[in-house]
Amino acid sequence: MILILLILIPFAGGLLSWLLSRWSDKWPRWLSLVAVGLDLALAFSLWIGHRSSLYFIGKETWIAEVKIKWIPGLGIGFHLAMDGLSLLMVMLTAFLGIMSVAASWTEIRERVGFFHFNLMWSLAGIVGVFLSLDLFLFYFFWELMLVPMYFLIALWGHERRIYAAVKFFIFTQLSGLLMLASILGLYFAHGQSTGTFTFDYEQLLGTTMSSTKALFLMLGFVIAFLVKLPAVPFHTWLPDAHTEAPTAGSVILAGLLLKTGAYGLLRFAVPLFPGTASDFSNIAMVLGVAGILYGAMLAFAQRDFKRLVAYTSVSHMGFVLLGIFAGNALALQGAVIQIICHGVSTGALFIIVGALQERIHSRDLEKMGGLWTVAPRIGGAGLFFALASLGLPGLGNFVGEFLVLAGAYAVNPGLTVVATVGLVAATLYSLWMVQGAFFGPRKEGPKVPDFGAREMSVVLLMMAVIVWIGIYPRPIIKAATRTVNTLRQTVGPVQSNKKATQPSSPGGNYDPQ
Amino acid sequence: MMPQALLEHGFLLAGALFALGLIGVMVRRNILFILLSIEIMLNASGLAFVAAGARWGQPDGQVMFIFILAMAAAEVSVGLALVIRLYHVFKSLDADCASRMKG
Amino acid sequence: MPELLWLIPALPLLGFIVLVAAGSRLSRRTVAIVGTGSVGIAAALSIFLGTGFLAYPPLSHHYSQTLWTWIDLGDFRPSISFYLDPLSLVMVFVVTVVGFLIHLYSTEFMSEEEGYSRFFAYMNLFVGSMLILVLADNLLLLYLGWEGVGLCSYLLIGFWYKDTANGKAAMKAFIVTRIGDTAMAVGLFLIFVNLRTLNIQEVMQKALQSWPESSALAVAAAALLLGGALGKSAQLPLQTWLPDAMAGPTPVSALIHAATMVTAGVYLIARTNVLFTLAPVVQEAVAIIGALTLLLAGFSALTQHDIKRVLAYSTISQIGYMFLALGVGAWSAAIFHFMTHAFFKALLFLGAGSVILALEDEHNMFKMGGLRTELPVTFRTFLIGAASLSALPLVTAGFYSKDLIIWSSWSSDKGGPLLWAAGFAGALLTSLYTFRMVFLTFFGEKKGVVNKRPGIRMKIPLVILAALSIVGGFVELPRTLGNFPAFSGFLNTVLPPVETAHGDLSLEAIMQIGASLLSILGIYAAYILFLKRRRYTEELGIVPISQAIHRFWFSGWGFDWLYDRLFVRPFFWAARINRDDFIDLIYAGVAWYNRFLHRALSLTQSGRIRWYAAGITLGAIITIGIAVIL
Repeated sequence: MILILLILIPFAGGLLSWLLSRWSDKWPRWLSLVAVGLDLALAFSLWIGHRSSLYFIGKETWIAEVKIKWIPGLGIGFHLAMDGLSLLMVMLTAFLGIMSVAASWTEIRERVGFFHFNLMWSLAGIVGVFLSLDLFLFYFFWELMLVPMYFLIALWGHERRIYAAVKFFIFTQLSGLLMLASILGLYFAHGQSTGTFTFDYEQLLGTTMSSTKALFLMLGFVIAFLVKLPAVPFHTWLPDAHTEAPTAGSVILAGLLLKTGAYGLLRFAVPLFPGTASDFSNIAMVLGVAGILYGAMLAFAQRDFKRLVAYTSVSHMGFVLLGIFAGNALALQGAVIQIICHGVSTGALFIIVGALQERIHSRDLEKMGGLWTVAPRIGGAGLFFALASLGLPGLGNFVGEFLVLAGAYAVNPGLTVVATVGLVAATLYSLWMVQGAFFGPRKEGPKVPDFGAREMSVVLLMMAVIVWIGIYPRPIIKAATRTVNTLRQTVGPVQSNKKATQPSSPGGNYDPQ
Repeated sequence: MMPQALLEHGFLLAGALFALGLIGVMVRRNILFILLSIEIMLNASGLAFVAAGARWGQPDGQVMFIFILAMAAAEVSVGLALVIRLYHVFKSLDADCASRMKG
Repeated sequence: MPELLWLIPALPLLGFIVLVAAGSRLSRRTVAIVGTGSVGIAAALSIFLGTGFLAYPPLSHHYSQTLWTWIDLGDFRPSISFYLDPLSLVMVFVVTVVGFLIHLYSTEFMSEEEGYSRFFAYMNLFVGSMLILVLADNLLLLYLGWEGVGLCSYLLIGFWYKDTANGKAAMKAFIVTRIGDTAMAVGLFLIFVNLRTLNIQEVMQKALQSWPESSALAVAAAALLLGGALGKSAQLPLQTWLPDAMAGPTPVSALIHAATMVTAGVYLIARTNVLFTLAPVVQEAVAIIGALTLLLAGFSALTQHDIKRVLAYSTISQIGYMFLALGVGAWSAAIFHFMTHAFFKALLFLGAGSVILALEDEHNMFKMGGLRTELPVTFRTFLIGAASLSALPLVTAGFYSKDLIIWSSWSSDKGGPLLWAAGFAGALLTSLYTFRMVFLTFFGEKKGVVNKRPGIRMKIPLVILAALSIVGGFVELPRTLGNFPAFSGFLNTVLPPVETAHGDLSLEAIMQIGASLLSILGIYAAYILFLKRRRYTEELGIVPISQAIHRFWFSGWGFDWLYDRLFVRPFFWAARINRDDFIDLIYAGVAWYNRFLHRALSLTQSGRIRWYAAGITLGAIITIGIAVIL
């Protein structure tokens, strides 16, 4: 029941925000804040309640599960379930939801009710994606989160918002269509081999089919998720969408929507087609490394602050892709941590850029410079998150990247060395960004008020999360352990065959107790 | 029962009339003449039905012709009404004036 | 008592947090007290722990303390834990004591500056990170400190951020060192994947057990760690950032770019000495790199105008000596030289700082001169520092440490005549450029007006460091002069002694006398060339070939130029031409193609019914035609 509540609360909050916005603009803001706050509290209570059982090794059981018949004739059920990974993802969603509501407090002045309606509905869709275990339901939520996002970009975006919104929609919609085709293909393949036609994830696991069929079906899923992630060469929707979206939109795009791609790979693409996925892993790892380097290079070339941050996402999500397909415990845990930390740190950078744009009405790095003098708090926050994004040890992103790379090294040392060059590239663009915006001589321009209490508390909370994960990531690792272990067991055998020559791989059996 | 040859002659006449009407639709710009040409085409097809009906001694051909007549009358009344509206708007009976719905 | 170990890095970090959180609201006095006090207490604590360690050495020769497990993933369980053995004790002692003195000096030096609390916050963060680096018991925590000091170096070089040039120097420093750090990170992956641990002691044990000497893995591991060390310690080929790093405030140069951070590479190699012993090729490379660097940097130091750049090149050169020592297996000699170098180089930087402050930000030595009488304390202490750097025999600390290195580079089984010759020639260079600096700055005619004389808070650190620059050498006396190897004896539980191949006592004495004479000769040559007979150098400066050589040395042997052409410009070029992402062009092409089709098709929608009728007819004819033909 609590799972349904997790989805319903933002839905209802969104509707109410819209309805009550006729009285005052304050209503939608507070209502949305309360709704996501409630969501976070619910997710947190789940975490506290299941802290000890989360990393219990054994037969996989979910923390919470809801299974209701929906359209039994077609084998469609309303099946929600939560394990450690989805719990983390839901918590990230609610946390970033709070941050994005708080960040758009003064930025959004038109159609406030409708804005919050869209914000809440896309959050609800994202929560649904992270919880659903029925492929039909999953697809439903997958599409549901897009439409409000489209409106967020197209209505409250910046100069080229229509172009960006349409591009975003076409990319995700087309890739979603591929996924739909694969879902149907899987549905029929399972139906033909067993006689039961169902969309249920747990039953579809381990469907037997010919390897060509498996390859094509997996590609449908994988391409949809790679577009969302995004991986090179499907990344080009991202800079436009991120740059043109309003701050809250960018936070949700970078912090959550991209993560649905990674989540989809972890939850669906790899476990549903284990053998095929490990055959595909080399290509995926190469794509990941290409993303790391290419994204960093493009980020360095940008003059638009927001576009620069957008490209860093391409680079960082490359690490996630590398980690997922390296497939051992170290790399998978690293990918999970990287997902969370990237969500928070890039979200924070978008909030900072948004705050700057609200103040100086420009995102051009060449028109900034010397902002430290007038706004040291913004500067300090910008510096902090730039350092997080370049992977400074002691901050969460370092833990993620280090684990991914250490894990990937065991699988493919050569590729990992190339990926590690990404650390230098990350230094380049991060420092370039800080130098361009905050250091150097102050150029003439409008008065820049520093962060106020609201913005400062938003940023401080995000800093606290990053530092916490940086020096004490064990709760996150514990929460994800069971999911990661299950994943390794499904993918494991094929991989260990491949590395038969290397007896002591970090993917080897271990017990965190 | 009509001999085979007469049927062929009937069809040929119907074909010729149809082609004349079609050419009229395509080359005439005056919308009234286009309507006239459509009438010729309708009648040509009606003639074909009658000839075929006579050939096999069936009444269906003539039934079809009556349908066509009724349909043509309806078409002309609607068509003429449109022509009057068109003339009001464009002050002309040139069909090419009404090309506002181009893509 | 060892339970207090964690406080040593924690106190400066606490100071950092206090200063960042409340710095802008605190008075300068409070900021100075918090900033200096936190390091001061850490220094007192480290002396306290150190005396305890000396008085009652623990049986296992180390204290260790685990705070918490950092990451816990199967075999991969690095923890936040500290490890104090003689090696880290020496490092902690130098870092906290020199750090405290430099903080004290800064309270006065920086008193006129904006961002007073920011400065002390960064400095405290630096000391904290450096202490984590030297106390870390595993390589991942060491890497945390390693990157932390790099960050502080970046922040402090760019402290005066309003000048874009400072920002660029800071970025250069961070990026060049990060290149080395990346190699080191790969080294950590390699070590972990193959040895299943990152704990330094376990790594060394397991490496000894499972890696045969010169095995590929051992060589790769050592080479990758060396990459990190080269970047941090500004050795060839990653030395280019250090001279530019002088853009930062002078106390920063003294603390970070002379005394502590840049020697982190030396510490890393000494700490993981087993890996280097297992990879003799790499160890030889360390020696050769050290020898080359010390010569190249020495020549460059000889040509600089900027007093801080002379000192920067001198630092590179002296670290070259330390690398030479590491390369020939004289581990404790390297650490000994690290210690004395920290004293006298910090002293020289602080002295240069008070000269620069007195002459209102004048860095050019040729515009100084005659400051001997104007700044007597600075002059005397600077002279002591310079003497120690030039290794003036018997009375200076630099003599004992450098002499040990030169002797080891001959006597060790890994040494040889070429390495020895480099070190020997370097000694002449060192005293030449050092006293060039002394004579240009403090002797000759007066050129600048002294506006500001150092106060008590600047004088005390100068005097203490001057004392240490003399006394610091007496902890290790060579066999020819009393044979008192206390320092290396203290370290021998961590660092194996030199494996001597040619241990002739009389040869050692002859070489010491030779080196001493060389050092005095260098001073005399500097006296002739830069004070007594200036026209010799002026005449030399007119000859085209010497001008060319001068330019070449002045620019640091053209490394900046080369890297600019080889890496920087191609990268900028590639980034610039691909700003709009050529992959997007593919998608834009698809979009364009669709739009083209759409336009073409919409042309057929002319709105003329006669055309439509013609179209219908044509279609009908074609359809009927196809039907007939088929």
